[in-house]
Amino acid sequence: MTKFAYIRTRVEDEIAVVELYRPDVLNALNRQMVTEIVSALEAYDRNDGVRVIVLTGSGRAFAAGADIDEMAGDDPIKLELLNQFAEWDRLALIKKPMIAAVNGFALGGGFELALSCDLIVAAETAEFGFPEVNIGVMPGAGGTQRLTKLIGKTKALEWLWTGERMSAKEAHALGIVNRVVAPELLLEETMRLARKLAAKPPLSLRLIKEAVNKAVDYPLYEGMQFERKNFYLLFATEDQKEGMAAFIEKREPRFQGR
Amino acid sequence: MYETIHYEVRDHIAWLTLNRPDKLNAFTEQMNKEITQALKQTANDANIRCLVITGAGRAFCSGEDLGGVTEEMNHGEVLRTRYAPMLKALYHLEKPVIAAVNGVAAGAGMSLALACDFRLVSEKASFVEAFIHVGLIPDAGNLYYLPRLIGHAKALELAVLGEKISAQKAAELGLATSVVSEAAWEEEVQRFAERLAAMPTKAIGLIKRLLRESWHCTFEDYLEKEAYGQRIAGLTQDHREGIRAFFEKRKAVFQGK
Repeated sequence: MTKFAYIRTRVEDEIAVVELYRPDVLNALNRQMVTEIVSALEAYDRNDGVRVIVLTGSGRAFAAGADIDEMAGDDPIKLELLNQFAEWDRLALIKKPMIAAVNGFALGGGFELALSCDLIVAAETAEFGFPEVNIGVMPGAGGTQRLTKLIGKTKALEWLWTGERMSAKEAHALGIVNRVVAPELLLEETMRLARKLAAKPPLSLRLIKEAVNKAVDYPLYEGMQFERKNFYLLFATEDQKEGMAAFIEKREPRFQGR
Repeated sequence: MYETIHYEVRDHIAWLTLNRPDKLNAFTEQMNKEITQALKQTANDANIRCLVITGAGRAFCSGEDLGGVTEEMNHGEVLRTRYAPMLKALYHLEKPVIAAVNGVAAGAGMSLALACDFRLVSEKASFVEAFIHVGLIPDAGNLYYLPRLIGHAKALELAVLGEKISAQKAAELGLATSVVSEAAWEEEVQRFAERLAAMPTKAIGLIKRLLRESWHCTFEDYLEKEAYGQRIAGLTQDHREGIRAFFEKRKAVFQGK
């Protein structure tokens, strides 16, 4: 894999770990870093040796927002031509399960990055928030859309308007976070969850993810039709034959991802 | 440097002395802030394995300085901006904290003592739930900690009646870890602090964390948190040392790591 400046990557037990690595600035996201994250994730998405992707931050933060210095002088035309958020659209096209392991601050773009993952495991000390309002702007990488779809309009407005930080516990109560764990064990517990998923048939996970994401946007009827097609499609896989045979023979299945 | 408190670290023990003796160590905004800062300093210094909070002169702490209370004062805001950060820092401090209650602990001063893990109480000290006498409710976490320490009925009695509680009475109620004679005071506090500072610090922090959590979660969630806690403790050097010492039939020497 190519050398990255702002992230570190590794693969263990078929789980890819992408670590945001600008610890001296609490992993603030600059454009280069987002490009690196997206290209690493896309590469792992096509890598047969990877079943689950974990995204985490090094040091005290997950990512404390975007690099403000980088955009302080921007104007609308420059932003339109730069089209930087197109990178973020590619995050939504990753097919494999992505888990964010949030250690400390996940603010602004950092929160949006966590929300772009499928599941979030948070340390008890993690804090989430959209502070953009405090500097005269608003979220631009999906924050207003993803948070609203997750927790509803009323609550989303309050968090987005006040710019206040929510604790891991609050985020858990709102359904933003799947698990809250002791900070010392964040990565260990995230890897435990990742290994659980890595043992499942990859194509099932993939088509479930696709169908669940449709449920967020589609009317129920269209969603049901979509689900059905994916259900039928899985009967073309070897893993379906293996899974059902193992069930009938009362043994553990061995899934190949085919 | 601090002006309203004295803060010193000696041999793994941090000593935080409320230092406005002529005002019986009453809280001011500056003092709240300095205590908060000192608590964060204590949390971040891996070298510190025990914290002692005490008062200079004849009082532990007489609570909010009534000299600063005006008609326009918004008591809710005072609690939010001055006391809450201090109390949260203390709540989250995962090291043993001793309140060495050298003299009277009244009002929010009593609350501070309640928020600590241990209360060594001088025989000449006393506690007073002073709030009711000025038409207020016990604050600074007082009514949160009190029923957890001595039960609902006794907490209500103390808070409503506002009577002076002697050191002896505090011991009977379960508020005091022990009552210490004036002659032995400094030596006893030192000895107790040294004892805690020589223990497995991480395990003490985790015990505090789990006891805290036990009030707020279901049994099933608690068992999961307990598994986290023991996993973390199991990874410490102090645990390894404890096991080694057990098999070698010697006293364990813990490093707080």
